[in-house]
Amino acid sequence: MTIQRVKIFSLFERFWHWAQMLLILVLLVTGFGLHGFHQLLSFRTAVTLHTGAALALLLLWAFSVFWLFTTRTWRHFIPTWQGMWGVLRFYAYGIFKGERHPYRKAYWRKHNPLQALAYLMLKIVLFPAIWITGLLYLFYFLWSGLPGAPVWLSNIAQVHTAAAFLILAFVLIHVYMLTTGHSFREHVMPMINGFDEVDLTPEEEAYLRNDQPGDIR
Amino acid sequence: MGVLILGGAPSVLAEAAHDGWPTPPATPDNRTQVSGPLQGGTADHSKFDQLKGPFADGSEVTKACLGCHTETGKHFMQNIHWTWSYVNPDTGQQLGKRYLINNFCTNSRGNEGMCAQCHAGYGWKDESFDFSDETKIDCLVCHETTGTYYKTPNSPGNSACSVMFEGKPPIDFPAVAQSVGLPERANCGTCHFYGGGGDNVKHGDLSSALKAPPRRLDVHMGEDGLNFACTACHITSRHIWAGSRYQVVSKDLEGTGQPGMRTDVATCESCHGLAPHPVDSLANFKLNDHVQSVACQTCHIPEFARGGVATIVDWDWRTSGKTRDGEGYHEEGYIQGNGEHRYTYKSIKGDFTYDENVIPQYAWFDGQMRYTTIDTQFDPNAEFIEINGFSGSHDDPSSRIWPFKRMHTWQPYDKGRGTLVYTKLWGEDKAAYWGNYDMGAAIAKGMADFGLEYSGEFGFIETLSWWPITHMVAPKENALACRDCHQPKASRLASVEGIYLPGRDHNHWLDIIGTLLVGGTLAGIIIHSLIRIFSPKGARH
Repeated sequence: MTIQRVKIFSLFERFWHWAQMLLILVLLVTGFGLHGFHQLLSFRTAVTLHTGAALALLLLWAFSVFWLFTTRTWRHFIPTWQGMWGVLRFYAYGIFKGERHPYRKAYWRKHNPLQALAYLMLKIVLFPAIWITGLLYLFYFLWSGLPGAPVWLSNIAQVHTAAAFLILAFVLIHVYMLTTGHSFREHVMPMINGFDEVDLTPEEEAYLRNDQPGDIR
Repeated sequence: MGVLILGGAPSVLAEAAHDGWPTPPATPDNRTQVSGPLQGGTADHSKFDQLKGPFADGSEVTKACLGCHTETGKHFMQNIHWTWSYVNPDTGQQLGKRYLINNFCTNSRGNEGMCAQCHAGYGWKDESFDFSDETKIDCLVCHETTGTYYKTPNSPGNSACSVMFEGKPPIDFPAVAQSVGLPERANCGTCHFYGGGGDNVKHGDLSSALKAPPRRLDVHMGEDGLNFACTACHITSRHIWAGSRYQVVSKDLEGTGQPGMRTDVATCESCHGLAPHPVDSLANFKLNDHVQSVACQTCHIPEFARGGVATIVDWDWRTSGKTRDGEGYHEEGYIQGNGEHRYTYKSIKGDFTYDENVIPQYAWFDGQMRYTTIDTQFDPNAEFIEINGFSGSHDDPSSRIWPFKRMHTWQPYDKGRGTLVYTKLWGEDKAAYWGNYDMGAAIAKGMADFGLEYSGEFGFIETLSWWPITHMVAPKENALACRDCHQPKASRLASVEGIYLPGRDHNHWLDIIGTLLVGGTLAGIIIHSLIRIFSPKGARH
């Protein structure tokens, strides 16, 4: 096992990440504006941006789901307890002692167990909660005539809002995590140029050097 | 029609087979063909010998009109401008100006000598008026275009009041007769702008400012815009007008219809369709969703009583009847937008409160008004008596959120029986309130004249009337913005229930928990980073 600089984020994955970041930022700002927390934008502009960004994000997610399953990269997100304790202990204690982050990226495990679990929950709980309620909300005109529709809309809106609060909290923690362990720059660069330090097996290294020499430095 | 043709086809075939060739003619269709609305004109009325006069009075002009317009008299007598009577087909209630009580001058019944100045006829001063006499129709008030024609009360009234109609120049009947054309805004405005006893007093959205309005006051009627006459929307068929306050179409589900069709409606949708906003943006698509629950007027008439003419929003009859040296008097106390003074007190009517650029009240409205009439018994302890109550809700598919003018009045009622009263206001006798200021006598006479019971004891009660707002449509750039309703505080629709209104409605607890969650996360981050910074060995990481 040797640490090598390997391309772990493909061009699509990086585009996905940054486009998603931009769209979620727009959605958070406009969404909380629509909710009445600020009036930085007119309601009309906020609705336009919010709806447009939401539809764009849904399209992006459709591509990303396709990408995850065709490239088999979905396996990075399978939850595991292996190594979880070490990571938790690091953030709660070791980090203050100047210890090194216990996790080493593997070629088929580019996230530490805490990251993988967090991203998985985001993908299968928070994001569906917000896009399903969002679509129901957006298409209210199709079902507004059903009995009790306003009450349902109110409940849907509350789930939507609750999910938004949780996503904002996630964003804050996610950005803060960039400052831990390595430097902020070292954390961000892999998502820009795709390369990060990965613990490779000799077989993986041999394969990459032979078949994908551009993906290993 | 498609159904008729399909349904008729087999029988025609069967007949043809029976009778052989040639096929006998189908039943003749006597209906007139559908034409477009009346445009331009084919006659110059100033060239007609019949209109050269001389005319002793308006009724003689009418005879000349009817000489050529042979069917107009029959048509006209069906309409509400003539009958002042309307029976609601759904509730069976007898409505119409002839019978109703309002909360302005209270009742025209018994006061026709004054009030029926606005009847489109000549000489209605009491019950003896002949509603079947075509020569009593007043053609001129709607069709003359010189602006010199006027009407005076049909009976002299008390000298204290009739003095204000003296000294007018005589009417040049041949000139006004030769000037006739399609009604202009000023024609309709002669009565409709002055309902309730003065300019814009009653409706709030119909004032003399609409005679020559700028586009910004009314986008349809604006002289620098479309310059619509009233009849551009209130289209006429056989002298029956589209648009009714007794049975309002609160939600039009049909839209524009075929060319030449739908000539019986005056809804916004009858011209603008059911998806009125051009779908060239997400926001406009969303706006078109609103059409099913929000009346066009709600956003497009942000305020009424605009254009410098105020409306009365509060009227207090309790203070009427005060005199100085035995004479009635009036006080000016309000200067409206166009600089004119308005009376805030009149001995004959009491105290008035004016308002301008008024933000309407908003409520679900199903188009059905329920009137408190002369024979409606009510509980005098009720907070308010609604002259025209209405209902509506989100769950009712014919309801939409409408803007209203709310009129509040303290007015006389029969304390013993719990009913409203007819008050004798106008007249030459001792009982007429306008001149004698004895409310008890005026009520006793007003009720007795129509064989109605009166307990003999009157009081004053608070009444409300609701006026759906539909005129003074602002240009689109001045329509309400989304935020006017979609905001937590000061939402225009703050009192409208039965909906979830994004931006206005929140779950208080969810907001608190959510804010705590985000705030707690930030605090956690700050604490975590502080420990990292101040831990001796944590400096690097």
